[in-house]
Amino acid sequence: MNSILDLILRLDCWLLLAPLLPGIINKVKAWVAGRRGPPVLQLYYDLARLWKKGVVMSTLASPAFVILPAVTWVALLGAAMLLPLGPLGAGLSFRGDALLMLYLLALGRFGTAWAAMETGSAFEGMGTVREVSYAVLAEAAMITAVLSLSVQSGSLSLATMLSPAMGASAVLLAAGLFIVLLAENCRVPFDDPNTHLELTMIHEVMVLDHSGPPLAVILHGASMKLLLFAVLLVQAVLPINQLKPLAAAGLLAGSVLGVCVGIGLVESLLARFAFRRVPLLLTTAFLLCLFALLVAWKGGVP
Amino acid sequence: MMNSNLNLLIGLAMGLNLLALGTSRLPALIRAMSAQGVILGVMPILMGHELDWQVVLVALATVAGKGLLIPSLLRRAMRTAQIDRELEPQIGFVASMLLGAAGTIAALALTHQLPLLPEHTGSLLVPGALATVLTGFILLIGRPKAISQVCGYLILENGIYLFGLLLIKAMPLLVEAGVLLDLTVGVFIIGIIVDRIQRAFDSLDTRKLTTLHE
Repeated sequence: MNSILDLILRLDCWLLLAPLLPGIINKVKAWVAGRRGPPVLQLYYDLARLWKKGVVMSTLASPAFVILPAVTWVALLGAAMLLPLGPLGAGLSFRGDALLMLYLLALGRFGTAWAAMETGSAFEGMGTVREVSYAVLAEAAMITAVLSLSVQSGSLSLATMLSPAMGASAVLLAAGLFIVLLAENCRVPFDDPNTHLELTMIHEVMVLDHSGPPLAVILHGASMKLLLFAVLLVQAVLPINQLKPLAAAGLLAGSVLGVCVGIGLVESLLARFAFRRVPLLLTTAFLLCLFALLVAWKGGVP
Repeated sequence: MMNSNLNLLIGLAMGLNLLALGTSRLPALIRAMSAQGVILGVMPILMGHELDWQVVLVALATVAGKGLLIPSLLRRAMRTAQIDRELEPQIGFVASMLLGAAGTIAALALTHQLPLLPEHTGSLLVPGALATVLTGFILLIGRPKAISQVCGYLILENGIYLFGLLLIKAMPLLVEAGVLLDLTVGVFIIGIIVDRIQRAFDSLDTRKLTTLHE
């Protein structure tokens, strides 16, 4: 009974807190630019508005067009359940759950990509191609990061894996994972979440033809993915595991907030990269994680 | 403790290697090269076998030479030639970065197999030196612009200098000082040559030097 209550609390936590993050990022961006900006709760209003609207469907699209956003959302929520929250542990934990999390994230991307191509529009196909080709490089970095955490702790379970070592390895891993976070969530040096300029859109292209509740589900899923990556980044670098629950929750919330402010600052200070420079940055992220793996493997000293 | 500080510095130098390989802008390449020179120049002081005036003097000369004099000569050559980018590398930027990373890992693996002195086993000196030399080679092979090649040559020299630090007890520092002097004169001459190439061919592409003219 207790565990069910725990699981429900956890779900509520992820579902309700996730849409805060884009709001905070937008607030930081507005603050840097000297504007007042949209309210922090804007995404909640948007989701409520979209939920009440109807769905417009292309005559070409099969029912998958509506089902796949839900599949994506469930996959992301499943990945979030696998991620432990400091000393509280994960909602669901077993040996090898790190691999399941990676695959659930991949399934989520597969869902959006397929749903985008359901409309039969060449434009959405183009966006999908871009998203997936960036993802190949970002996933390599992500897998290397998980591998280095696993080598460091000698386990395959996220609950024991996220007990970081201090020093050079943590710095390398933090830098690599932050770049992966920006790429996976389509933030600025890779993709501009505000742009509607046809030739440069990536993620926005894929969700262009969605409307009503499916769009709300996609937006909510995206915010959950952002929260997931932020929590993963924070726990991979800071030793939250060893703290008392209350202090850990405070530190986790504070650090996630810090990550959001960091993303907001990056978005305000950097311009989008040209397409051909993106692989260079993602390769850098991969190499950062690779060297973190090397340090973890050799224990700092060869 | 001293060893870990040293390893951190060598790790930074290895990171600068990859930065030098990944950037397409010549000012960034020159900056990476000179920062690496400064890091390496400080290292004899940190190794602190016997901290006499000779060591400090050579360290200061290295920092001044590699950190200030050589970069300023290169920047002047760059300005007179009016280029600031490498446009058509023979080995692309992503590829050369991956090559450099593979070289670094190979250097680490190779160092494991080498019969080193016990005082050198825990240090990154040997793999750092190998990786830096490899980076220099990749830059020399893969970049057609004369200024990038000079930077490759200087990074190669940084690697050899790192190797030299292994022998710091045995090798007279006069040799190091002489090398530094040669290097400065070399870069000075290359600066003049770069200017001449630019005037004769209207470009710094060294591939043009391989075809004969009447």
